[in-house]
Amino acid sequence: MARTIIPFGPQHPVLPEPLHLKLVCEDEIVKEAIPALGYVHRGLEKLAEIRDFNQMIQVVERVCGICSMLHSQCYCQGIEEMMGVEIPERAKYLRTVWSELHRMHSHLLWLGLFADAFGFESLFMQFWRIRERIMDLNEATAGSRVIVSVNVVGGVRQDLTPEQCSWILTEVAQAGKEIKAIQSTMLSDYTVCKRTKGVAALTKEQAYELGAAGPTLRASGVAQDMRQLKYAAFDKIDFEPVVEYDGDCYARGVVRFREALQSIDIIRAAISGMPQGDISVPVKGNPEGEIITRVEQPRGECMYYMKGNGTKFLERVRIRTPTFANVPPLIAFMPGLELADVPVAVLSIDPCISCTER
Amino acid sequence: MIENMKEITLDAVVGEASKMKSDGQRLVALSCTQLDADNFDIIYTFDKELVLTNFRVTVPKGSDCPSISGIYFAALLVENEIQDQFGIMFNGLVLDFGRTLYLDEEITTIPMCNNTKAMTVKK
Amino acid sequence: MLKMTPTVLKNLFSKSSTRMYPFEVREPFPLYRGELFNDIDKCIFCKKCEIKCPSQCITVSKDKEAGTGTWICDPFACVYCSICVDVCPTKSLSMAPNHRKPSATRDMIEQVGKLKVPKKKKAAPKKD
Repeated sequence: MARTIIPFGPQHPVLPEPLHLKLVCEDEIVKEAIPALGYVHRGLEKLAEIRDFNQMIQVVERVCGICSMLHSQCYCQGIEEMMGVEIPERAKYLRTVWSELHRMHSHLLWLGLFADAFGFESLFMQFWRIRERIMDLNEATAGSRVIVSVNVVGGVRQDLTPEQCSWILTEVAQAGKEIKAIQSTMLSDYTVCKRTKGVAALTKEQAYELGAAGPTLRASGVAQDMRQLKYAAFDKIDFEPVVEYDGDCYARGVVRFREALQSIDIIRAAISGMPQGDISVPVKGNPEGEIITRVEQPRGECMYYMKGNGTKFLERVRIRTPTFANVPPLIAFMPGLELADVPVAVLSIDPCISCTER
Repeated sequence: MIENMKEITLDAVVGEASKMKSDGQRLVALSCTQLDADNFDIIYTFDKELVLTNFRVTVPKGSDCPSISGIYFAALLVENEIQDQFGIMFNGLVLDFGRTLYLDEEITTIPMCNNTKAMTVKK
Repeated sequence: MLKMTPTVLKNLFSKSSTRMYPFEVREPFPLYRGELFNDIDKCIFCKKCEIKCPSQCITVSKDKEAGTGTWICDPFACVYCSICVDVCPTKSLSMAPNHRKPSATRDMIEQVGKLKVPKKKKAAPKKD
């Protein structure tokens, strides 16, 4: 059988970002997928050499738009641990609230894009309408829709007033109600099931061995969530990682759908348990030493390795983003897929190419 | 401070990685740092049940590093990235981009980058 | 079957959730960081904003002979993080909630103010 190489991307209707895959096909069956990156590499890690460690917060926030809050949170946690700074309890809870709002809006964005990938435009519209509530919450409480820029080394910059807290609670409760109204469509509609069930399945062992992260790993039955590391306020807030066992595109969708709903509970718990007090502590000195910190981003585990040398410039900032870990599983589950299923399969790992290349 | 850090030599990398694999550890990342003009530092990070295990390898400039992508397939992307950014070559990569993961052949200069392919003098 | 129908019917008989944007504009949220302003009369040209700015879009210079100071901001390089507003010692910088309109030309915000002699002494030790 003759083999054809079909280029997928960098511009493709389902991809908001430039990922290029060379698909080696026999008839309509993909035999091999070779990724090609480098379309949005910006060298942000290198910027650490000319931006001091406080200015780097704004740089790492721009690694990824959708999970910007979690990038800066991870970075600040690392620097705080290196400098031995204990941040106030209230700041930890505030970080939790904003990071869960980010997780919610990221998952709603993905669910919309996923529906769009298999041609369910009207579902896409529903999800994005719900997402707009969360974006408004971000804009009104933090000052920006996406790049909220609330983290500083030593705490947070914005506080939530009691009115804002109750407004957040009513809005997320309303969003939860709206998500539940389309639950039956997303989870049991004939079209959705037909396009996603059994597509691009990964077994538990495969997913673990290939180093998958986040919902891709949890959809295969591994109950691993970095929030179990108890950073920020997660030592006080109880939650169970969302796990599905099929490992296919449908399972990944279900994991994200349930996590979006779970975030509402976490936001509620964080706001009700939020203590009064300061929101930041003053920080003196420069970071020195080495540190590895991890947080759970909407897309999975994100790892920061940082090395400080006692000056205000960090010697090295290394960012391992979740999509970077999810590309090997993507290459691995591609062979055997039909060409028409490739967009759905690619989207199922929630690719964020800006994150991957930094 | 980094937990469970172990210093190993360049020859022991593959052996240690396969030990990690049989122990059921998941590869998290490789982090490369330039120590001085002639030395690079690679930290291999593994995770098992939320506990990290690390080894540190010091690689002198110009020497090749054995690839662990045969053991952990997930290492291929990050090893290609280190090839691109630091110029350390990996032996036995499953899928070798030959320092063109991020860059195309025809690119000749990039601002503010020292170790990339485009900045290396052609022989 | 027909799982989407209730939602579709609800959408059909409810108000539109989008706005006719250029004709109908939503009130901005008061905390939104839209545009950076400098009250040049309060500014003491201490360069704190220039030093702390992550995108390095602010340039402050002093002309001692003429007794004037210049504050220049490149609004196209600004990332609207409001770090400069936080560090400003005299609160001369502020953010307004309306974002800037699109522009066809790249122009800088340039403001010239008088140097204040007594206040300049106060600013000098903070500079290091």
